[in-house]
Amino acid sequence: MADENGGDGLFGSAEADYGWTQGSRAAEASSDVEILRRVWRNEKAAPEILPYEILLIQRIREQILLMEDTLSTFAGTSSDELTLSMYRMDIDRTTFLLRAYLRVRLQKIEQFAMHILRTEELWERLSQQEQDYVQRYIDILQKHMEQSVLSKLPFGYQSMLRQAMSSEEDDMIPEPALDTFVFCKSKGSIPSLQLDEKGDETVDLLSDDLYILRYRPIRRLLETDRIELV
Amino acid sequence: MAGQSNLQLSVFSAAEVEFLAEDEQIDIVPNVRMDTLHMICGDYGPFRPQIPVKVPLWLAIALKKRSKCRIQPPDWMTVEKLTQVLEDEREAPREFQPLPFHYVEISRLLFDHAREDISDPYLVRSLLEDIRDVRFHKVESGLENLSAKTHAVKLKNLAAMEVNIVRPFIVRALQCFYKHDSEELVKQSASEVESQAVSSDRVPRRTLRPR
Repeated sequence: MADENGGDGLFGSAEADYGWTQGSRAAEASSDVEILRRVWRNEKAAPEILPYEILLIQRIREQILLMEDTLSTFAGTSSDELTLSMYRMDIDRTTFLLRAYLRVRLQKIEQFAMHILRTEELWERLSQQEQDYVQRYIDILQKHMEQSVLSKLPFGYQSMLRQAMSSEEDDMIPEPALDTFVFCKSKGSIPSLQLDEKGDETVDLLSDDLYILRYRPIRRLLETDRIELV
Repeated sequence: MAGQSNLQLSVFSAAEVEFLAEDEQIDIVPNVRMDTLHMICGDYGPFRPQIPVKVPLWLAIALKKRSKCRIQPPDWMTVEKLTQVLEDEREAPREFQPLPFHYVEISRLLFDHAREDISDPYLVRSLLEDIRDVRFHKVESGLENLSAKTHAVKLKNLAAMEVNIVRPFIVRALQCFYKHDSEELVKQSASEVESQAVSSDRVPRRTLRPR
């Protein structure tokens, strides 16, 4: 059993201190972990990098740290293995989710580093650490490409960004395919959503139904959290 | 990167979908006393012998593995309900019957870890398999309707694991339709041919396949 004066009370405070109202996703009463789960899903399913959830990640990190702390003090005083292992699993699951989120972002960052660096809107979506990472990643990549391949190519074909000097623009920068299709669910009903540039094609989204739509037209809905990807 | 599924098309690995399903709530009947657990993912308990309590599936399975509880399979996982679902599923060829979004993973996890808590496990399992087959058949015949005119596909009640299985194929197919149907691209390639005639050396290079 949990130790009377210490354990339970300490665990209780772990949550009380962290209101999540300051976040942009305060519309629904859900726990931070639930929000992180949704954010992770969206990040995984979206072709481009999404805004970094700075406050959410900060809160999750603090909760994990606090829980770790509490557990280590608790472990010394109590012999209730069962309770301890349940708390351990909870921490492990939350940590996994946090890592998975950060990793999927890194994966996209590596894939589209140059594009992100050159697009202000995307650049702003990165955390400070991610921005540093992009800079270093590109430096290293450039150096490596030059040393191993580019310097050995004929003049005119030595750019990392252009296929040849005659290219009119930088045409060798991988960009996310925004015209891909994604599976999504809308949170409320969204009447006559425009699906193509001309406005010929529209669809009425019903709450909680599952749709496959092109990513570009629903991009803004994802930003305002009216839709989620699955 | 290790541990991540192919980002482009698969999106989630089966294990990741299962991870998400493990957060669904389920009823258990504990056989031990344990105080309320104040966890990061929420508060659960208190646990009292023979008093049912709602917990996330992962917690239920963890307790079950240590023989500290009995799991109450959800209402929809009974022979009666599933027979009805199967019947409705067969009668309505154009829609999917409502089942929990994670029904595949939940039933699978319960069969793996709490088989003795399920009544009529054989029948339940075969019903679930039949339902799965009927639903996949619908998905497959639905695929025939995909065309260049497809801007939106509605798949009401399709479940998470089903989404994950059909996703790579459907997304590839829709992408191809979209690409070949796009007028801009058609025009662009036409102008490419013209400029090629003028000076074959300075044509815009073909766009590389996106990685």
